[in-house]
Amino acid sequence: MIERLGAFVIDRVTALGAFVIFLAEALLYLLAPPYKPRLAIRQLRSIGAESFFLVGLIGLFTGMVLGLQGYNTLSRFGSEGALGTVVALVLVRELGPVLAALMVTARAGSAMAAELGSMQATEQIDALSVMAINPVQYLVSPRVLAGIVSFPLLTGLFDVIGIWGGWAVGVGLMGAPNGPFFNGIKQNMGPHDIAIGLYKALVFGVVVMWVCCYKGYNAQRMATGVSRATTEAVVLSSVLILVWDYFLTSVLL
Amino acid sequence: MATTNQNAGAPDAIISVRELRRRFGRQQVLDGVNLDCPAGQITTIVGPSGCGKTVLLKHLNLLLRPDSGTIVIDGVDVTALSGRLKNGVREKFGMLFQAGALFDSMTVFDNVAFPLVELTRMSKSEIADRVEEVLTAVGLKGMEQKYPSEMSGGMQKRAALARALIRRPKILMLDEPTTGLDPTRTHQIHELVRRTQQQFGLTAVMVSHDVPAVFEFSDRIAFMHQGRMALNGTVAEVRAANNENFELFLAGRASGIDEPRRRGPIE
Repeated sequence: MIERLGAFVIDRVTALGAFVIFLAEALLYLLAPPYKPRLAIRQLRSIGAESFFLVGLIGLFTGMVLGLQGYNTLSRFGSEGALGTVVALVLVRELGPVLAALMVTARAGSAMAAELGSMQATEQIDALSVMAINPVQYLVSPRVLAGIVSFPLLTGLFDVIGIWGGWAVGVGLMGAPNGPFFNGIKQNMGPHDIAIGLYKALVFGVVVMWVCCYKGYNAQRMATGVSRATTEAVVLSSVLILVWDYFLTSVLL
Repeated sequence: MATTNQNAGAPDAIISVRELRRRFGRQQVLDGVNLDCPAGQITTIVGPSGCGKTVLLKHLNLLLRPDSGTIVIDGVDVTALSGRLKNGVREKFGMLFQAGALFDSMTVFDNVAFPLVELTRMSKSEIADRVEEVLTAVGLKGMEQKYPSEMSGGMQKRAALARALIRRPKILMLDEPTTGLDPTRTHQIHELVRRTQQQFGLTAVMVSHDVPAVFEFSDRIAFMHQGRMALNGTVAEVRAANNENFELFLAGRASGIDEPRRRGPIE
C-alpha cells in the first residue's frame, strides 16, 4: 500500500519534472542555433493570422453584450456616461486576454496537439531525432515563439473590436451618450491597465503552446492516443488559463 | 558453433554491442545482448514479437539509453553520449522506420531532400542531383511531387529508404521494412535493400520477422530470444546450429510469443 503510494508520488513528480523540462528546453533552443525563422513564421500564420477572424468575431459579440448589459445596469443608477469605461476596463484587463486565449486553444491548440500526436504515433518525431535534428527545437520552439508573439496581438485585436462592439450597441442602439463613452476611457484607463492585459496574454501564450505541444509530443502510440492527447491539451490549457488568470490578477492588480 | 553469447567480437565489426541491458518497469526487455555487425554486410535480427528486437534497434540508433552494457559504433563508444556528440554519430547512419515515417505535409522530393536542406549548406542544384540519384536507386524517379498519402505502402517505404540514403550513410538501419506488404512487394523491398547495400557499400542492420525470406539475402542472422541473442552467425551457421527455440520459431511455434514476459528480480 505504502509502496504503491510512494510509486504513485514518484511517478507524478517525475511527470511534472518532465513537463517543466520540456518548456525549459523549448525556450532554451529558441536561443540556440541553428535559427530557422521560416518555421516560426509558418507557425505565426497558423496560430496567429488564421485565428484573426475568429478572435475578432468573438471580440465583437463580447463587446456587444457588454454594451447591452452595461447600459442596462448603469442606467438603473443613472450613470450611462460610465459605459465606455466599464466596457473598456472589463475587456482590456480581463475578458480580452482570457477569451482570446481560450479561442486560440480551441482552434490552434487542439490542431497542434493532434498534429504532434500523430507525428509521434507514426514515428516522425523519432525520424527527426535519428536524422540528428532536435525535435523539440524543430517542432516546439517555433510554436512557443509564435504563441509569445501572437497572443498579445490577438488580445489587442479582441480589445479594440470589443470596445467598438460595446460602443455600437451601447451608444448606437441603446442611446448612451456618445461623448462620455470615449472620454471616460481616455480618463480612466491608464497604461497599467493595458500592461496587465498584455502580461496576461503573454503568459497565456506560453502556457497554451506549452501544454498543447507537450500533450501532443507525448501522445501514446495507439489509436486513442492522439484523441486523448487533444482532449487533455484543450481541457488542461483552458483550466490553466483561468487558474493563472486569477493568480496573475491578484498579483498585478 | 554459432551460439555466440560469449563471442569475443569480430575485429571488423562496425557495430558491437556488449552485455546490453534495459528494463521497462518490471520487464527486463534486453537481458545481456551481445551483437557484432561486420562492415559491408547485412545483419538481420529475427525473433518472435516482443523479444526486444525493436528496442535493441532503438538503442543502436541512440533513441534509447541502456541501463548497462556498451555499444560501439564505428570505433566510438556511444553508450553515454549526449546532445551534439550523439548527433555526430547519427550522421553516420540512415534509418528506415517501420511505417516509413515520411513527413506527410511534404512531397517526396522535400522529404528526401529534408536532411540535406536542414543539416548541410549544399546548393539547391546539388541537392536536386542527390535526390535524383537516390530516387533513381529506389525506382521512384518521376514521383518527386507526390505526397506520401498519394502513394502505396511499398512506394512509401522506397521513398523512406531514399531519405535514409540521402546523406550517404555508412550504416543503414531498417525496422521491419516489409511490415504490411504483400509477398511480391516484400521480395522487391528485400532485393532493393540488397542492391542499394551493394551499390552504396553499406553495412545494414535489419529487424525482421520475415523468416525464412530474409535468409536469402542476409549475410548474417542474429536470433533474439527472451532478451538475449540466442544465435548470431552467418546464415549457414545459424541454420546448422540446431537451436531448439530457433527451430520452434521457424516452425511458427516460438515460445515467448504468448506467454508472459520474463520478469527480472524486483529491486
